[in-house]
Amino acid sequence: MISQILTAIGAMIFGVAVCAAYFLFSNKLLDLIFPAKEGGDVHRAAVNLRRRSLIRPWLFLGPALFLLAVYLMYPVVATLILSFYGPDGNQFVGGANYVWAFNDTEFRQSIFNNILWLAVVPAACTFFGLVIAVMTDRIWWGNIAKAVIFMPMAISFVGASVIWKFIYEYRGGNDTQIGLLNAVVQLFGGTPEVWITIPFWNNFFLMVMLIWIQTGFAMVILSAALRGIPEETIEAAVIDGANGWQIFWKIMVPQVWGTIATVWTTITILVLKVFDIVLTMTNGQWNTMVLANLMFNWLFRGGGDSGRSAVIALVIMVAVTPIMIWNIRRANAEMKGR
Amino acid sequence: MIGNLGRIGPARLFVHFAVVLIVLVWLLPTLGIFITALRDKDQIVVSGWWTAFAGSTRTTAVRLAGNDKATQDGPNYVITGNVSGDGNGGNGKIESFGLRVQDPAAFKAGAPADIGNGETLTVNADGSYRYQKNAAFDADTRGKRIYLTISAPPQFTLQNYHTVLTGEGIGQSFINSLTVTIPATIIPILIAAFAAYALAWMDFPGRALLIALVVGLIVVPLQMSLIPLLRIYNEIGQVFGVPSKTYPGIWMAHTAFGLPLAIYLLRNYIAGLPKEIIESARVDGASDFDIFVKIILPLSFPALASFAIFQFLWVWNDLLIAMVFLGTDKDHLVLTAALNALLGSRGGNWEILTASAFVTILIPLLVFFGLQRYLVRGLLAGSVKGG
Repeated sequence: MISQILTAIGAMIFGVAVCAAYFLFSNKLLDLIFPAKEGGDVHRAAVNLRRRSLIRPWLFLGPALFLLAVYLMYPVVATLILSFYGPDGNQFVGGANYVWAFNDTEFRQSIFNNILWLAVVPAACTFFGLVIAVMTDRIWWGNIAKAVIFMPMAISFVGASVIWKFIYEYRGGNDTQIGLLNAVVQLFGGTPEVWITIPFWNNFFLMVMLIWIQTGFAMVILSAALRGIPEETIEAAVIDGANGWQIFWKIMVPQVWGTIATVWTTITILVLKVFDIVLTMTNGQWNTMVLANLMFNWLFRGGGDSGRSAVIALVIMVAVTPIMIWNIRRANAEMKGR
Repeated sequence: MIGNLGRIGPARLFVHFAVVLIVLVWLLPTLGIFITALRDKDQIVVSGWWTAFAGSTRTTAVRLAGNDKATQDGPNYVITGNVSGDGNGGNGKIESFGLRVQDPAAFKAGAPADIGNGETLTVNADGSYRYQKNAAFDADTRGKRIYLTISAPPQFTLQNYHTVLTGEGIGQSFINSLTVTIPATIIPILIAAFAAYALAWMDFPGRALLIALVVGLIVVPLQMSLIPLLRIYNEIGQVFGVPSKTYPGIWMAHTAFGLPLAIYLLRNYIAGLPKEIIESARVDGASDFDIFVKIILPLSFPALASFAIFQFLWVWNDLLIAMVFLGTDKDHLVLTAALNALLGSRGGNWEILTASAFVTILIPLLVFFGLQRYLVRGLLAGSVKGG
């Protein structure tokens, strides 16, 4: 145990030191090659200054650009190419993988489930987040309530799976139900069920977990946006005799519309990539497969099929592309306004 | 502003009630495993965790000592002994007892019960009993079978934690997780901060394009990267004769996947710093490196801290990247992967699962509640701006 801790600490220091050393020494080296004072030669010094300021941004950006290129940009191209090749990535098969995908029942099931997730989870998180933000802003212990609702953000999806598996726990025969859901159902005279195996509805039991995790995120951001609403607009509405319902839908919601869109988008991206929950709860059994897990399965199933998993990865990529474009446009507009 | 919101809408009482309800729904799932992890493993399976504080009652069957143990006491014959520790766990209080399984709680504990045939039986709460007959007992050497209703007080133990930390590899995984998480939090911040400064304050051709690129890459799904990167890692491993699944490998992967968001958030923050400070430092002859280290880094502390918390939570809680780039052998298993394995192998052992889950949740929760202020600030810096 002790030796393992020491190895771990050594590895950590080494990793961070290599990174820090790069920035320190590359900049020192640049100053050394193009010194600021070249024996009183003002012209040379000026040239050196210009050269340094030409090179230094790339020293600063170097590691970031290298990592982005290798880990995010190259893979997009490589995955695209691989999608036209066979299981081991060596034999060109044309569009066969795409044809397979659209004829595969499991793939279609995954698409269907993914659409289900996309329709329910971002909407539910945003809606609950907004409602809870409005309500907690109005009570004195709102911050405590917010902390509790925000807390699941810190819990891993795997941890959440243990938590919720325990809630959905089913015990057969006459055993006492120790799962909260079944105990409640029994209390009201219902029959206990094995919740995560009920086709179609089990998808919703998994979604509940993500909603439980992500609502706090939506709440915090929307709460801040609500505080930014000018006081006068609400005062005016109150004077005009609007009720709470009208103020919420006609004054508050339109004013935080941009933030709602941001929250919705962020959660949408998360849903597309969701993997852990399905893996730990059902591993795609009982018709709960989603694209991310199908892709992971094909990556390793029977020695792996890089062609088919590449096709599935590309489908996920295509799904996020509109969001990507929207993001870039918004960022550009923001920068011009500055 | 908030005070004004209070004046509108339906009755305040309804809002309080609704929020209490929501808080309960959000809290109960986690509370369930925290409490379960502290319970005795035999109790977990016989009663729901919500009964843990109420104590539990259960019925069990025991035998009294055989009739040959009877002693004479004046005109009576008496058998005495103690039934606790006799298959009833040794803890808990005996509430009542009975002679037939159909009526296991016929008599109250502590008082002599007339059970007919001239016999009286007294069973005390602590398990001691006195079985008395006004004549000799028959020769049967098998003791009398009686049923006990035992109520156990709320009982909590740290045994489950001891088990998972020593026996289930959770302790080792805890260190593995730290080994992955700490460098994978510090390195991306360092790299992203330098890049963010360059994109915010240094002039060079192609800057706008690079910023757009970074924003675009925020959305690229991780799944895209898995296949090509696995191939690169395997090839590098083969060429240099090193294993393809290493700690530096996963540090770089986490760093790269966290970078776009980090650069974007930090650039926004650093670009918002006052222009005068940076320009006056330049006039004084400070190089960009000096400006960055001595001015930008200290000023950006809130943004750096908020991203650090994010990255820490994200890396600590990650399962996919760890499974793909670090593998699942014992020396490299991170907490989430270990917990996932336990879910498969120890499906019904809730004392193991809940205690392990609590160990995995503990550090992020501490970080989360300790630094929540920074976390929220960072969230807002990145998200509300466009709204």
